[in-house]
Amino acid sequence: MALKGLDIFKLTPKTNCKECNQPTCMAFAMKVASGAIALTDCPHMSAAALDKFASATEPPMKTIEIGAGECPYKLGGETVLLRHDKTLVNSNLYGICISAAMPDAAIEELLANMAKIDYERIGARMYVECVYVQCSSDAVRSAEVAVKAMASGRVLVLECADPAIANSVLGATKDAKPVLCGANATNWEAMNAVAKSADVVLGVSGADLNQLHETVEKLEAAGNKKLILDLGTLSIKDAFANAVEIRRAALKDGDRTFGYPSIVNLAALAPGDLVMQAALASIFTLRYGSIIVMERIGYAEALPLFGLRQNIYTDPQKPMRVTPGLYPIGGANENSVCCLTVDFALSYFIVSGEIERSRVPVNLLIPDAGGYSVLTAWAAGKLSASSIAKFIQEFEIDKKIKNHTLILPGKVAVLKGDLEANLPDWKIVVGPNEAIQLVKFLSTIN
Amino acid sequence: MPFIKKTRTSKPLGAVTIGTGERAATLGGGNTLPLYFFDAQTSHPPVVGIEVTESAWDVAELPLLAKAYEGAATLSERVVRAANMKGVDFVCLRLEGADPGGANLPVGECVKLAQEAAAACGKPLCVAGCRSAEKDVELFKALAPALQGQNVLFLSAKEENYKTIGAATVLAYGHKLAGESSVDINLAKQLNVLMTQLGIPKESIVMNLGSAAVGYGFEYLSSTMDRVKSAALEQDDTMLQMPVITQIATETWAVKESMASQADMPEWGDLEQRGIQMETVTAAACLVSGTDAVILRHPVAVDKIAALVAALI
Repeated sequence: MALKGLDIFKLTPKTNCKECNQPTCMAFAMKVASGAIALTDCPHMSAAALDKFASATEPPMKTIEIGAGECPYKLGGETVLLRHDKTLVNSNLYGICISAAMPDAAIEELLANMAKIDYERIGARMYVECVYVQCSSDAVRSAEVAVKAMASGRVLVLECADPAIANSVLGATKDAKPVLCGANATNWEAMNAVAKSADVVLGVSGADLNQLHETVEKLEAAGNKKLILDLGTLSIKDAFANAVEIRRAALKDGDRTFGYPSIVNLAALAPGDLVMQAALASIFTLRYGSIIVMERIGYAEALPLFGLRQNIYTDPQKPMRVTPGLYPIGGANENSVCCLTVDFALSYFIVSGEIERSRVPVNLLIPDAGGYSVLTAWAAGKLSASSIAKFIQEFEIDKKIKNHTLILPGKVAVLKGDLEANLPDWKIVVGPNEAIQLVKFLSTIN
Repeated sequence: MPFIKKTRTSKPLGAVTIGTGERAATLGGGNTLPLYFFDAQTSHPPVVGIEVTESAWDVAELPLLAKAYEGAATLSERVVRAANMKGVDFVCLRLEGADPGGANLPVGECVKLAQEAAAACGKPLCVAGCRSAEKDVELFKALAPALQGQNVLFLSAKEENYKTIGAATVLAYGHKLAGESSVDINLAKQLNVLMTQLGIPKESIVMNLGSAAVGYGFEYLSSTMDRVKSAALEQDDTMLQMPVITQIATETWAVKESMASQADMPEWGDLEQRGIQMETVTAAACLVSGTDAVILRHPVAVDKIAALVAALI
């Protein structure tokens, strides 16, 4: 529960010393309550008061870090169940599954195919972040496969319920900060010792939510708060119910025991069925899966899933934006016409999609328009004749492109006159109102 | 300490039945958040529709889709084929060619096609118009009497044409009607209010909240549906309790992930697999956000989405 302003006021020395740069202790307390400043800004706060504050403001869901070096990822730390309530903060990860029981050739092929998925989408790198390794009863082989997987540079997730084997596999891989999945109601003590000595995050499972809850409580009592909850492989229905129940308990009902990220292995829930796995991955991306493991991820799976994740993990208060600049489409060169739209990602996607469909080479110009749609940007003064002229000058478009034909969105046809004045050596053409009419429009322009 | 499971129930949302007798399907009527069947037993899971257009699909690079419709030359044959595919609850005949900007098929011809399809189809029917709101008015006005007694769902009326379409389809012939708004909870509610004020009973209204493919502004659709379902279940907002229908295929098969040929994008691999996954992932994401009926195109996607819903019950 968050503390109220008056509760915080009671913790202050009440001397109005102004050392916190606030006029009174009361003003200070109110600002802390609203989250504007930190409690530590008051130099006279007692250790006991800070302690009390820390436990009262502890987030309902812990943030867990996994992976090392170039790729540490944060999981969890969510404060709301649905994106529109505030925003989702730490996006889920996707992984592929390999097993120590597989022959080397199969493992190498899976890893090589995974490495092929590496592309950029709206300014972010899209790739598979995790490799899930199922260990076998052969410790040497398990370690060998884990090391092979580690070499891919992705976060390693080890599935191993045998403490001795886990210990020897971690001996070779612990520096990469993998996740060790395998603690349960019977082996939790030994697994906890292994995870703690290697300083890695421990994955916990249970036959049902009761058992999982009890095991987590025992692990927390033993001092381990670096945990991930396994949603289980009993059935699709069961895993989905667990995902929702766990997150709802943590965020809605204040059950801190379940305030941890989750992991779900779809390769075990729908073996051999990659379309079903993709459907499930979609559901768990929206509802509370933190690490989502599939048998494999090719472009057919990556394109929709990574796009979905990028959409969902955006702040609803901030529109998704593309970087302003010159985007040649359909093999456009310096002799192709220029088309202008705004940096609102949705506008960019729709317009660029229609241009591609038209098969007419076009240089798409994206000025900085505050991330708004065309009409909103115009109304807010973020898209004007002078801002467009400034953009053309800044990005040296008139030097880069010889064809000085500029197609303006039909909705801002009103800018034509001013633009002609601002850009005397350009031919300004008013385009269609809607992107959907672009194909027809572009077919007539050449 | 064991985990304490809280019971969470709310009263069932509005349901709309389309089709007649044994050939009927019910949209909506759930009493839990989308797909949360562990909260309360449901007799109203989401339903899956398959779309057919008056012209056959372009199946270049889509061998599975081609095989599914192989030898089905006429619209009736394709409708029968679609209706009998695994997982199909209803068929959506989309009269794409009526669009004045496209083939501009005359209304009379569309009526003939729809009657043929309805006669052949053993499943409930949904008729979707074209991209032109004006043409849809003409089309639906002529279709409603022609399909009388079949309890068809018309997709969709918009703010600019709901009066004429509502009167011609629901009030005059007792069909069902979807109101289309553009991904905005307030616009959706406003249209529902307007339609009920016209005298259309709530039991005849379905919401079409708009559509998007994953990766293409899907967050707006997902958050709008999240909010609609929260308002319907938790705040008992009767003007947002109508079932939600979403056209998935029209969006997902129009993005480059499902259109770029393998020759153009060799590293992306098989086109059909990409199209299926794009459609499946989008449909699953819509279902968990709040769609009560999805309209898909590819038989593999239809089968898997129906299996997914079955696995969650």
